[in-house]
Amino acid sequence: MRVRARFTKLGKIRFVSHRDLARIWERALRRADLPVAYSGGFSPRPRFHFGLALSVAHESWAEYLDVDLVDDIDELTIATLADRFSAVLPTGVDCTAVAVVPSAGGISLQEAVTSSTWSLGLDGGSLDEAAAAVDALLEAHSVFITRERKGKTVNDDIRPYVRSLTLDSSYSGCVLPDCAGAACDHVPGDPGVVLRAEIGTQPRTLRPAELIGALGPMWRERRVVRLAQWIDHEDGRQEPLALPAGPLPWLRTETCAT
Amino acid sequence: MSTVWPRLEPLLSRVERPARYIGCEDGAQSPVHAPHKAAWLLIYPDTYEVGLPNQGLQILYEILNERDDAVAERTYAPWTDLEAELRTHRVPLFSLENHLPAGTFDVLGFNLAAELTYTNLLNCVDLAGVPVRVDERREEHPLVIAGGHCTYNPEPLADFVDAFVLGDGEEVVSEINEVVADWKRSGRTDGSRVQVLRRLASVPGVYVPSMYTVTYDGPRLVAIEPRYPDVPARIEKRTIASLEDWPYPRQQLVPLTEVVHDRLNVEVFRGCTRGCRFCQAGMITRPVRERSAEQVRSMVASGLRRSGYDEVALTSLSTADFSGIEAVVGGIMALDDNITVALPSLRVDAFTVGIAAQLQQARRAGLTFAPEAGTWRMRQVINKLIREEDLYAAVDGAFSSGWRRVKLYFLTGLPTETDEDTLGITELARNCVAIGQKHQKGTSVTVSVGGFVPKPFTPFQWFGQNTVSELDRKISLLRNDARRSRGVQLRWHDPKATLIEGLMSRGDRRVGAVIEEVWRNGGTFQEWTEHFRLDRWVDALANAGLSADWYVHRHRTEDEVLPWDHLSAGLHKDFLWQDWRDALDAVGLPDCRWTPCYDCGACTGYGIEHVVASAVPPAGGSQGTGQDLSVGHVVPVSLLGRRAASAETSAPPEPVEVGSA
Ligand code: SF4
Repeated sequence: MRVRARFTKLGKIRFVSHRDLARIWERALRRADLPVAYSGGFSPRPRFHFGLALSVAHESWAEYLDVDLVDDIDELTIATLADRFSAVLPTGVDCTAVAVVPSAGGISLQEAVTSSTWSLGLDGGSLDEAAAAVDALLEAHSVFITRERKGKTVNDDIRPYVRSLTLDSSYSGCVLPDCAGAACDHVPGDPGVVLRAEIGTQPRTLRPAELIGALGPMWRERRVVRLAQWIDHEDGRQEPLALPAGPLPWLRTETCAT
Repeated sequence: MSTVWPRLEPLLSRVERPARYIGCEDGAQSPVHAPHKAAWLLIYPDTYEVGLPNQGLQILYEILNERDDAVAERTYAPWTDLEAELRTHRVPLFSLENHLPAGTFDVLGFNLAAELTYTNLLNCVDLAGVPVRVDERREEHPLVIAGGHCTYNPEPLADFVDAFVLGDGEEVVSEINEVVADWKRSGRTDGSRVQVLRRLASVPGVYVPSMYTVTYDGPRLVAIEPRYPDVPARIEKRTIASLEDWPYPRQQLVPLTEVVHDRLNVEVFRGCTRGCRFCQAGMITRPVRERSAEQVRSMVASGLRRSGYDEVALTSLSTADFSGIEAVVGGIMALDDNITVALPSLRVDAFTVGIAAQLQQARRAGLTFAPEAGTWRMRQVINKLIREEDLYAAVDGAFSSGWRRVKLYFLTGLPTETDEDTLGITELARNCVAIGQKHQKGTSVTVSVGGFVPKPFTPFQWFGQNTVSELDRKISLLRNDARRSRGVQLRWHDPKATLIEGLMSRGDRRVGAVIEEVWRNGGTFQEWTEHFRLDRWVDALANAGLSADWYVHRHRTEDEVLPWDHLSAGLHKDFLWQDWRDALDAVGLPDCRWTPCYDCGACTGYGIEHVVASAVPPAGGSQGTGQDLSVGHVVPVSLLGRRAASAETSAPPEPVEVGSA
């Protein structure tokens, strides 16, 4: 049986690396006392798979993890898992949903996800300058950047990856888009330049830092948050695991505000 | 006090491994500061990765935070990249829990475990915005206090540290806290700093260097004497009578990013009376105080459950000597078969390897043994009485149980060492490779060689350390020999760093000027090869008019005043001197846990005893020591009483007298 967990990475914990996060989950799975499948060999590791990696210092409220179990567990237990995981995960990493997903024949999360939505808080210019940079990028047919891939420097056209890019006027400085101090003690001020971008992830992903670089040399990251991951279907797109409807009791004050 | 987090956060995106500066570990406390609570910032003056696992710091962190009149936070030395950012943006050193400026705490409490971290101590104090010199600090500045093994010769840091603590910290930390909390409640008024230091000087185990005058006669130290009648002439170390009463840490910190010894650590006993003459840790932590097997098992079980770790280390100076070893091993094996148990200090014998084989499914890491010296004569000198047969049996056991790599640890530059003794190291290694080849093709044995540094409160404290060129010569002897020996891989420590460790280890107060100059010239992280530069030290010594020969390489005399003579680890100086003479005659000394007491002073001086679960030596005959233990049982020991089912909730054990000398 395979279960999928959706979780956040918000606040101070954003400085933890992907590799460290894997170790944190490894310990959390042991503490949650699930019948997790282990790899064989000298040093058995629990079998779980992350979706797309998140860079150090970037935040997210839509990360995913698939865990293989040796024994099936019942629905009632599954309903308690999100809370059980959150209880053994550090502040800022909250498990927000858990569901059973098909294991056999299913493609991996990393292959399945087709795009991510990002909130990009930037320093380095005015709103007008940001609007001009966004327009210039969107109007271009191709935007070449040089980047490292497998130790080689390559020239890539990144324009096809940029599915949408807008100035986000609704951003309040909270990670929760509609919060603006409602769920946390953040006092909304001038959020400065905040972009909303949807970036394609296939055949390979475009990193937010690369997109920001393509906007011009003056822009620097202030706060980068992954808001969603998407899987395309013929009739639209959907999240690998949606948030349950209703309020977000798991969202802690110290991880909402910037 | 307000957090520096908003100013720190933008800097963290620019530095390596920022996770080490965020705190948030499992087990981290959320201390709430208040005017009546003394605020401690506990600092390990090396990187987070090295410092976080330090058990001493974690124990004090919990004890202080359990008190109503104290709060404790932690920090570690920021790596050079963050230090540069902090200095550029004028952000001070900060705590990891609330990210508060270090200078706003009442105490900066350092753990000193390695001499080469001394310049980092100065750097941390400076980054806190606090004057590095004791005589420049005012009422508004925190008290700088240091504990840990290095404080047995505190003199090189005497100008920078307000108070040193000798010995076990579990009890004395609360006594210090009461003095500091009083000081805080009284408003730290003008002139109160010197009073609080004077009060601290009368807490047993606390040494306040500014309360003492030092007199010299040329290069010779004449005396270190108290300035005031209420300040003790001699500072005795603190020793907790029972480890069982202190089941700490209860909530070991589980870091979010990888650190050294990233596993659960459970201390099974403190102290060691094997009597290895080079080993300061063994000498200064006497006597042996064991936990009961029940308490160890319960600490392991609850620790694993709480942390999610799949590895636990049973720590001590020689874990196979733990009376409860077999009971504990059985108990842990029954818990979960995915758990690995590490015995970080293996004894060199087949019995120990048998236990390790039972405990560790993963054989990747290899097994490490420490014969310490290459010939039987040399091992008699250092009182590490391992016979060759014991080593070969251990190595045979390791290879036959499936380990593919064996690591042997040796010292060179020991008293009376001849080239024959030095080359005995590679000789032993070759024989171990041959043993391995009986079991597997292509076995390799790694030999790690460190230059010997004489330490205070050991019989070798009078010995003149080998010079850099002498150590270099010995290492090249070994390299040439190893090159001709298939399967022997040699690693060695840099003799230049060994020289400086020696200077800190036995220097006096005048060496402080050298430390300060090296720090001012940017010499931090000296235990990191990429940052160590001998020329900085050589220049600073010359500028201070001091000589490394005098402090490091000279043999000291019996009548000479040593810089730590006003301190006491319990050990009688004449016992140490006699043991030094015995060493030169290659005469061994048995373990007083299982044979009669020879009154070294560590128990007799403080009215305490060994606390062991059994007065009979554990399985393994002579334990590889070659000692005659037939006179066991007539030892002054407390036996741990039988315990109720849960060690954590039951009352402390009643000692049972089984004999006395
Ligand atoms: S006082 Fe006696 S029993 Fe205690 S450590 Fe010294 S020699 Fe051993």
